[in-house]
Amino acid sequence: MSAIPISPVAGPWHLPSRGRVAMLSLITGETAIFTIFVVAYVFYIGKSLSGPTPQQVLDIPIFNTICLLSSSVTIWLAERQIDRGKMRGFAAWWALTIALGLVFIVGTGIEWHKLIYVDGLTIRTNLFGTTFYSLVGLHATHVVVGLIGLSLILIFTLTGRVKEEHSERIQVFALYWHFVDAVWVVVFTVVYIVGR
Amino acid sequence: MADQTLPMSGSLDVTPRERSRAVLLEWLHGWVVTVDHKRLGILYVVYSIFFLLVAGAEALAIRIQLAWPNQHFLSPQVYNRMFTMHGTTMVFLVGMPILFGFANYLVPLMIGARDMAFPRLNAFSFWLTAFGGLLLYYSFVGGFGLYGMGSAPDVGWWAYAPLTAKAFSPGHATDYWALALIVSGFGTLGTAINVIATTLSMRCRGMSLLRMPLFVWLMLVVSALTLVTITPLTAAQIMLVIDRYLGGHFFDTQAGGSAVVWMHFFWIFGHPEVYVLVMPAFGIASEVIPVFSRKAIFGYPAMVAASVGIAFVSLGVWAHHMFTVGMTSVGNAFFVLSTMLVGIPTGIKIFNWVATIWGGKIRFATPMLFCIGFLFQFLIAGLTGIMLSVAPWNWQLHNSYFVIAHFHYVLVGAIVFNIFAAIYYWYPKVTGRMLSETLGKWHFWLFLIGFHITFDTMHFVGFLGMPRSIYTFEPDRGWNHLNLIISLGGMIQGIAVLIFAWNLVHSYFRGKVAGNDPWDAWTLEWATPSPPPVYNFAIDPEVHSRRPLWDLKHPEDPDWKYEA
Amino acid sequence: MIREQSARAIRLSSLPMVCVAAVVARQSAWADAAQGSPSIFAPASTPASSILGLSLFVLSITGGIFFTVGGLLAWAIIRYRARRDDDGSEPAQIYGSTQVELAWTVIPILIVVVLFLTTARIIFAIQDAPKPPAALDVTVVGHQFWWEFRYPKLGIVTANELHVPVSSTNDPKPTYLHLLSSDVDHSFWVPQLAGKTDLIPNHPNDTWIDPLHTGVYLGQCAQFCGVEHAKMLLRVYVDTPEQFAAWVNKQKQPGVQDASVAAGRHVFETQACTNCHRITGTAATGTFGPDLTHLASRATIASGAALNTPENLRSWINAPDHFKPGALMPAMQLNDEQVDQLVAYLTTLH
Repeated sequence: MSAIPISPVAGPWHLPSRGRVAMLSLITGETAIFTIFVVAYVFYIGKSLSGPTPQQVLDIPIFNTICLLSSSVTIWLAERQIDRGKMRGFAAWWALTIALGLVFIVGTGIEWHKLIYVDGLTIRTNLFGTTFYSLVGLHATHVVVGLIGLSLILIFTLTGRVKEEHSERIQVFALYWHFVDAVWVVVFTVVYIVGR
Repeated sequence: MADQTLPMSGSLDVTPRERSRAVLLEWLHGWVVTVDHKRLGILYVVYSIFFLLVAGAEALAIRIQLAWPNQHFLSPQVYNRMFTMHGTTMVFLVGMPILFGFANYLVPLMIGARDMAFPRLNAFSFWLTAFGGLLLYYSFVGGFGLYGMGSAPDVGWWAYAPLTAKAFSPGHATDYWALALIVSGFGTLGTAINVIATTLSMRCRGMSLLRMPLFVWLMLVVSALTLVTITPLTAAQIMLVIDRYLGGHFFDTQAGGSAVVWMHFFWIFGHPEVYVLVMPAFGIASEVIPVFSRKAIFGYPAMVAASVGIAFVSLGVWAHHMFTVGMTSVGNAFFVLSTMLVGIPTGIKIFNWVATIWGGKIRFATPMLFCIGFLFQFLIAGLTGIMLSVAPWNWQLHNSYFVIAHFHYVLVGAIVFNIFAAIYYWYPKVTGRMLSETLGKWHFWLFLIGFHITFDTMHFVGFLGMPRSIYTFEPDRGWNHLNLIISLGGMIQGIAVLIFAWNLVHSYFRGKVAGNDPWDAWTLEWATPSPPPVYNFAIDPEVHSRRPLWDLKHPEDPDWKYEA
Repeated sequence: MIREQSARAIRLSSLPMVCVAAVVARQSAWADAAQGSPSIFAPASTPASSILGLSLFVLSITGGIFFTVGGLLAWAIIRYRARRDDDGSEPAQIYGSTQVELAWTVIPILIVVVLFLTTARIIFAIQDAPKPPAALDVTVVGHQFWWEFRYPKLGIVTANELHVPVSSTNDPKPTYLHLLSSDVDHSFWVPQLAGKTDLIPNHPNDTWIDPLHTGVYLGQCAQFCGVEHAKMLLRVYVDTPEQFAAWVNKQKQPGVQDASVAAGRHVFETQACTNCHRITGTAATGTFGPDLTHLASRATIASGAALNTPENLRSWINAPDHFKPGALMPAMQLNDEQVDQLVAYLTTLH
């Protein structure tokens, strides 16, 4: 093998972080699931044959929404803290995020209690009931999963296992939480504004 | 030339060979807890081949029943379970797992990586898929079907509402269908995420996206497509379960719900799904055809662009499965156009394969034979697809045997043929032994003949007005002899597949030792020993072109001098 | 059996019944004759003919593509195969060609444009065709596993066998079908008359046929609807105007009241048949099953699953499962005498 041409030298080699890619892929898939439920909700607006209508029974959950959307801000602040290695600040903002998420879930529970026991709206009452509880319930399930993850991370933080070098992973997890909040913006608009 | 001493780092296996005298339990345990992408890939493929035989048996049962009118081999209840399970099994327990199994095995090797991005997620996804399949088949022994008789799902693999409502499908057959597929769907999602992360984040030095083997490209596109394809089905199945168990009304026409909404959701999944199934087959062809034509693939950038284009356009054609449900004329026309458009990038791929062969030196080893069969058959399948996209003609052909002929031309004639090609091509890498060429040629020719006897004839019986999903047919319609011919072709295909199964087993013990690179190929997996060590490459490779082994074998004329 | 059919046919002295008898006789000889094939290439109605014309055009284009591309592929495989005395050198490596890629992108786009425009024209011609005032209206209701046909302006209800008048190009008298379903999805497909259209609950559809030749046309349900989907068969009788008028007249009559079969009628009215079936002029007004007022005027029973003979009627009443396992009609658990009387009664319902 004589006269081998000199192969081009490969320059610096940068690849995206696999955690980020994976989380964005998961979010893409989840977006598709939510889209189908939103489409079903929108399609069935006004098509219930009987039973309570959105206008009759839905109150706009302003306080809940403010809490949930604020939790995106608090989690972002937490990300900034851990990026700078400030673990106590990180834990504080992280805990606040959990608290805000919990308020949202409890608020949803209160809303549902009223709808079921006062207004008589269940998942089997009519098309509105079916699509409402399915869509809002699907979102609430994702909030609960997020809260479980957030809580586990808080426990690991308080026991000293989470360090500055985990900043990237925290950001990847936070992407999920931001996604949950973004979905709420859509669900809120469709259910409480467009659909009423 | 192929030999053991290529000057590529990592191609020499330096692990000390252990005598494999592991106790059976230890051996099994190793397979159960593995997170190695190669072992998981093999598990996927073995799992799929098992279900290929099961679903093939279901098909043979169907064809025995339909060989002549008014037979009583299968009762209508059993028949309806057979065709539902045949379709559901072939799509979800054979097609998807085997193709993702190939991806699992090959993608890290082809990109010079040590494993997939998330090995434990990989294992978890496999076992989810596997258990989903077992849950589906458990329905044969548990559960009740239509009218409280039978067990396995019997509502068609498309499970149209409101036939799937509790009112019309009491018992658990439909529940097994929905739940098993929800479970295995999450497994598929996990693997798709893994493939995307692996492809984007774990390529070896120098392997830019435009230097990846086309098989890797196609698996990346397919995995991305899967994210938005399987998920609508999961959503619709969750809705179905809500209807059946919580009294929901998503598809309850008595309460104002819509049967058409199920169709939309199902086909929003169902159409891109067939592209998820066929595009890995394209990837296989793009690996095998160049090697056996001794030429680089013609038009690599066009092939990448066409694949991405197909993925995007395929998301907008779904209602061509619904031309008969009463959409407006404008709606119908839109889907005619979008469906015809998706034929364009697909056609471009066929032309590029032909151009690859053109001017080459074709070696007709078994993998290439299957790929040549694929080329002719996929051409025909694409053309019958165009025929079906013509909505008025579709009003005649929809739900007839013409459609069954078309999609089996794609699923068997294109995909299964390429799966066979892939197995003949990569079996030496996985096991270290060659499959028998003699048995391979018997397999190929018998399968080809059987395939054409069955599926060419099927087009005609569709033209003569025979609908699908019928457990028997009337003797006065002129379909009798055609159905007999179709059934005979099925038997021949069955024999061919048995020869193949025998080849797989026999060659494992008696096949010729393969060496690293028996085919004189050009992608990174051929730089490892056969089978590769668990770590794949002792030293991370560095590549400078799309065919790193070509560069090494032809240092005076490497690819990187010509690639854009 | 054949003699009985012919005798009844002569007694009725109407052409469609003779046609039916002939077809039925052929059926019982299980002829594999192409004449019985409901082929999409043998249209007898305007929309089916439009579809055929379009399909032949598409076939010619796709055929051309097949021979061109397939021919090139076959040529390449033969011409470029490795020879036995090959020296093992690699052929020239050609990586691509922008001009070629452009050419084989643009040409398919042009083909698609042509195909799309011709297709769109036929879509609009069939789906949005203006309805002539002389059109006949029929409402079709799909059931598991039989067809209900209502003629709203004529006040007729029948089942499984559809009668329509023949039309012609200079004096069109198409039949417009309004498609409904009482349970699950079905599809109305008689290939020689039109493309299929689905019957979907809560989603009414409309289609039309414009039959230009008299005769009997076969079809069946084309959307899987459950256990007996395969036996939800269709027979469409395209009658001359006179035959059709005679048929309509007959159908408008209430159920025949033949005193000699009063025992059978009594069985019918007291043995739960009335829960599902209707016979006008009697106490039976059930709508779950087919209207039986003119049962004896039909060539088949069980939506085409069996010929309409007394023996078959007897078997059907005793065990519907015999012809149609899983049919929704339960076995009536009558004794032999009751069944005999019932069958004698039913065979008088012309």
